[in-house]
Amino acid sequence: MAERAVARVAPPVVAAILALLVWEGLVRALAVPLYLLPPPSVIAATAVDSGGVLFRGTCTTGLAAGAGFALSAVLGTLFAVVLSASRGLERALYPYTVVLQTVPIVAIAPLLVLWFGPGPRAVTVAAFIVSVFPVVANALTGLQSVDPALRDLFRLYGAGRWRTLATLSLPSALPHIFTGLRVAAGLAVIGAVVGEMVAGYAEDAPGLGILVMTAYKQLQTDLLFASVLGSTALGVALFGLVGLVGDRLLRRWHASAQSDPTWGAARRCIGRRETRHSGLP
Amino acid sequence: MAALSGLDLDVSPGEFVALLGPSGCGKSTLLRLVAGLDEPTSGQALVDGAPAFERRVPVGFVFQDAHLMPWRTVLDNAALPLELAGVPRAERRAAARGVLVDVGLEDAMDRLPAELSGGMRMRVSLARALLGRPRLLLLDEPFAALDELTRQRLDDHLRALWDRDRTTTLFVTHSIVEAAYLANRVIVFSARPARILADVVLDLPAARTAALRGEPAFARETRRLFTALEQGDG
Repeated sequence: MAERAVARVAPPVVAAILALLVWEGLVRALAVPLYLLPPPSVIAATAVDSGGVLFRGTCTTGLAAGAGFALSAVLGTLFAVVLSASRGLERALYPYTVVLQTVPIVAIAPLLVLWFGPGPRAVTVAAFIVSVFPVVANALTGLQSVDPALRDLFRLYGAGRWRTLATLSLPSALPHIFTGLRVAAGLAVIGAVVGEMVAGYAEDAPGLGILVMTAYKQLQTDLLFASVLGSTALGVALFGLVGLVGDRLLRRWHASAQSDPTWGAARRCIGRRETRHSGLP
Repeated sequence: MAALSGLDLDVSPGEFVALLGPSGCGKSTLLRLVAGLDEPTSGQALVDGAPAFERRVPVGFVFQDAHLMPWRTVLDNAALPLELAGVPRAERRAAARGVLVDVGLEDAMDRLPAELSGGMRMRVSLARALLGRPRLLLLDEPFAALDELTRQRLDDHLRALWDRDRTTTLFVTHSIVEAAYLANRVIVFSARPARILADVVLDLPAARTAALRGEPAFARETRRLFTALEQGDG
């Protein structure tokens, strides 16, 4: 088990170290100016020096991204439930969620500033708009792929619409919903950073989007890189958190749904248990 | 296209009736009409004198596959009918334990469907249908996807439970042997659109055991069913 973990983690780590070494070597050998491309060592030093600012910025952006993501999770799932309730509603409204997805967030960010004022609220809304579509699309797919025989059974036993939704449809859709949530987690951070670039303001703890823009304007390329690193870390963290919660909720039964290849580990685990019991009739 | 035509069938309380016919002939449609899951385009399906779709009589239904909820344990899958009827948790679980013992799953109650073999999953499905003592048990080729040995074992179980409870049972199958082994009466259907070719009351002893499959009487009755089925072909 430990051996396999090493085999999985070692190659990307080695690749990263090699890439950083090449980067460092080339930048120094060719004497590339700092403002164009600082070497990794300088970026690391800056990240440590500006650790406080970066951390607070990450918190600011993380809060807005998290709030936008939470809005997406709740409203997106609710909207999918509404759409799944009737074919007519789905036909009438679903195209607009696709349109919403294709609207460039940079283009409507000024509108958000007009409506919500500059600051965290507009940024949260930006994170929400960018991340809601995958939640709606995946939750809808999940709600529409409930086992028809089980639906019949619920009808046979006189279960009403709400009962069927709570006991059958939502739980069966859960693997799909989490697929959407994991995509949304990464997008929410992107939405928040882009939102800050347009709609954020330099409060006590400027967000990462503002740090990036400030560093860019002052040609502090090393700080720019460090800020980008912060937003990447944020995205990975949110993605990982959602994945962890999903794993917890779905690990035991998901194999039977077989809808998502990234759950391979869980499936293998359940597969082993199944072979152990298959000797019984 | 009509799945059924000119069909007239009466089943008395306590009967075990097999609906035998080629795959896809419309037997399943008939079962869904009786369950009240579909409404007939013409004619009527009555259960206890009332239209079937009003669903006044508690019905148990077993599909061709187990169709369990993968996130629930065996126990909570089996308890579903009473849960939907609003029976409190402790009470419905106690009842579910009872039917799970009936189908021989007393050791698997806390497992998840993914951890079970196909035969065990089908047993859970059967237990779920039996919960709450339905007055009518409808089975749609329930064991068709299982291996022969498992299937025979489940047939034995089903027949033993019928012997005990005498629940009115409609059992759809395309297997002559299974129909003869399980039922007291076999309705033989033609290919689509299904017509009734024969209504055969089997001349077999009430006790169905594995030994019966080797008896001359069993061979005679299966031949009767086979002849009736063949008529439909020609």
